[in-house]
Amino acid sequence: MSARQLSLSSRVSPRLADLGLLGPAIAVILLFMVAPMAIMFVYSFLQAAPYGGVEWTFTTEAYSSILFERDFLDDSLTFTPDYLIIVARSVCQAGLATLLCLVISVPTAYYIATRPERQKNIWLVLITIPYWVNLLIRTIALLFVLRGDGPINAVLMQFGIISEPLPLSYNGFAVCLGLIYSFLPFMVLPLYSAFERFDFRLLEAAYDLYASRRIAFFRIVLPVMRPGLIAGSLLVFIPSIGSYLAPDILGGGKTLMIGNLIGTQFQSARNWPFGAALSMILLTLTLLVLLWLARRAGQQKSDCR
Amino acid sequence: MKKIILSAALLAGAATQPAFAAGDLFIYTWGEYTPPEMVAKFEKTYDVKVHIDTYDSMETMLAKLKSGAGGYDVIVPGHDTMTILVREGLLEPINVSQMENYNHVDETWRDVFWDPGRVYSAPWAWGSTGFVIDSAVVDGADHSLKTLFEPADAVKGKINMLRDVNDVINMALRYLGKPRCNENPEDLKAVLDLLTTQKAFVKSYNSETKELLASGEAIVSMSWNGYAMRARDEKPTLEYIYPKEGYTGWMDNVAVPKGAKNLENAKLWVNFIMAPENAAMITNYARYSNGIKGSEAFVDKALAGAPELNPPADAPTPEFLTACSPAVTKLYDRVWTKLLR
Repeated sequence: MSARQLSLSSRVSPRLADLGLLGPAIAVILLFMVAPMAIMFVYSFLQAAPYGGVEWTFTTEAYSSILFERDFLDDSLTFTPDYLIIVARSVCQAGLATLLCLVISVPTAYYIATRPERQKNIWLVLITIPYWVNLLIRTIALLFVLRGDGPINAVLMQFGIISEPLPLSYNGFAVCLGLIYSFLPFMVLPLYSAFERFDFRLLEAAYDLYASRRIAFFRIVLPVMRPGLIAGSLLVFIPSIGSYLAPDILGGGKTLMIGNLIGTQFQSARNWPFGAALSMILLTLTLLVLLWLARRAGQQKSDCR
Repeated sequence: MKKIILSAALLAGAATQPAFAAGDLFIYTWGEYTPPEMVAKFEKTYDVKVHIDTYDSMETMLAKLKSGAGGYDVIVPGHDTMTILVREGLLEPINVSQMENYNHVDETWRDVFWDPGRVYSAPWAWGSTGFVIDSAVVDGADHSLKTLFEPADAVKGKINMLRDVNDVINMALRYLGKPRCNENPEDLKAVLDLLTTQKAFVKSYNSETKELLASGEAIVSMSWNGYAMRARDEKPTLEYIYPKEGYTGWMDNVAVPKGAKNLENAKLWVNFIMAPENAAMITNYARYSNGIKGSEAFVDKALAGAPELNPPADAPTPEFLTACSPAVTKLYDRVWTKLLR
């Protein structure tokens, strides 16, 4: 391996080699990430064409209509909380799902990481098995499990524990459960790799030096776990906040999350610029969370020293 | 070397032309709507390979067509979308009324407002948007939308509404006795209030009504008539209701998008589906009425007398609505957002 690297760098100039190696990735990012985002950005400042599409007139209406609307009755410009409520709900749902994933994943990851080598692999495969099936199918399957005529209610009623089916589906509970179910492995795997690298002798050393369990956790375990915690939280939070399927299928379409709102704008509402503006806002929200976490992580690092 | 080039050229030529058919036809339509045996018959008759893609709403279809993506030769738009497509110049004028099988088209469906004189489109199927009740649980004898909007206790929490802004708001407007495609803010305020009150009793806003009704998850559901019949196949106590306050009628039409590559094959298809024995296949498969005279003879006996396809004598005539103006679409979307926020 190192011999080949050497021969490559001795023949081609190092900068050219770097460019050649990075080229494919950069091309993919430009083509499939930067270009679509640029289109969204431009569309969000245009006028909606009557039957879908855009008209090439500059306007900031898409952004202002997130906060203000023409009144139904007297056409005056008034503040509307509608979209803020939907955004806030999305943030809360995603936050709750992330928190619950964390609570479930920490013991799971710890357990797997402390198994003998051969068992570890079996557990890891078991964690990823649900991912071999398409997300849509898993979501619909979960709906059938939760529904009034589903197995949970059937069993409970069979044993006479309840007389009426529990309202497990078509509500916020089902949406939250769906989000957890969909993204749980994204939390378990980074935490697992953090635990796996953890040197348990450090903990013994801490106890030897008379650290309490509390102090040992906060000073030894948490700093080592932090990268895994942050990565896992982001991997759950980001797809959750833009989630479309869970509210749509498990929530019965009764309450919108921001992903559904964006979908509606490109379909029945035929307001592409507004949908584009909402997408930009979702993107900004995500970036803010990322920045905040990155800064906090930076601070913690300097604290440690 | 020459040999290699020659055989490569031959291979390339062979790859672009499918060996098994003289041509292709790309159809973009609703799911579970095109009878496979009809496709097989067409392929055999004309030696054309048919490819089918499906959409789940007119908006999806319109968005795809507007975005310039496509490559489709045949689309199946609803009558209200037809108006938009014609106005925006997105259809090929194929002069359906000059086609050989046009004489089979029922007079009712010839000079329609969405395509006067049938220049662009042929009738595919038509139906209505009413609602379904489980007659074992509720009594639908008064045929009123009250069942949906002021539900009995047994129905509360077991109502499903279609996930369709226009259908739901129009139904509410009918219940309130107000005109459709309504721009009047007072009326829309009343609609929002009515729907918000009703939402407490709604289980879901979902267009998969057949499954919800057949499984008993929903006791009452808005539904299209064809879906209602399929649900009744699985659960005989289900009953399709034509609301006395009025209901929406719709017709899907076969049309050709502007710039279709296989224009001649598309025309063959349009003419083909107007033949009575072929139109009957559509009804037998999709469970909706077609607009072709003489197709009755080929329709399954069980379907011929079905209540879902034959409104009772005292039912109102279905209302075929035009597409609402962009201003109304915007207002409706706001009602919808406020309802689901």
